[in-house]
Amino acid sequence: MSDDIHTFIDDKVKSHDIALFMKGTPDFPQCGFSGQTVQILNYLGVPFEGINVLASDELRQGIKDYTNWPTIPQLYVKGEFVGGADIIREMFQSGELQTHLTDKGIEVKQSA
Amino acid sequence: MPMDARDIEKLILEALPDARIEIRDLAGDGDHYAATVISEAFRGKSRVQQHQMVYAALKGEMGGELHALALQTSAPE
Repeated sequence: MSDDIHTFIDDKVKSHDIALFMKGTPDFPQCGFSGQTVQILNYLGVPFEGINVLASDELRQGIKDYTNWPTIPQLYVKGEFVGGADIIREMFQSGELQTHLTDKGIEVKQSA
Repeated sequence: MPMDARDIEKLILEALPDARIEIRDLAGDGDHYAATVISEAFRGKSRVQQHQMVYAALKGEMGGELHALALQTSAPE
């Protein structure tokens, strides 16, 4: 991975409370797994930065190397990798995601 | 290219010999699977670590040959 792309990812992860690396954009997700994760975040009413990995092949590969995680979407909260689509859905259903966000000082508008 | 469910199971078992594995072919296209993996090796590990162990077992097939594998992992009750 080039230094440029690593710096780009690092900056996104660290400068946003919630960063979601996804296929497509929050308004137009281009993969069901990314779309589902966006829906969960919208339901919880938390602001997040969506980063479209389809914008560049380098980014698409770079984000997989960054956390040693082979799939997209990837959700980061306060600079920390929380999980991919399966983990986020599981955490949302059990209420853990809401707790995790609240613990990190992010206000959640809805609790499931 | 699609991947056979048995190949997925074999790769996971090579890395986690005690694993109880259940794989479902979601779309019937050999490309979208859901797997439940239960192994003692997961005990005390975070979900992220557990999934990373399964991905490591799949040796790079995940995200390549294998497009979608919904994962659920846990240690035995």
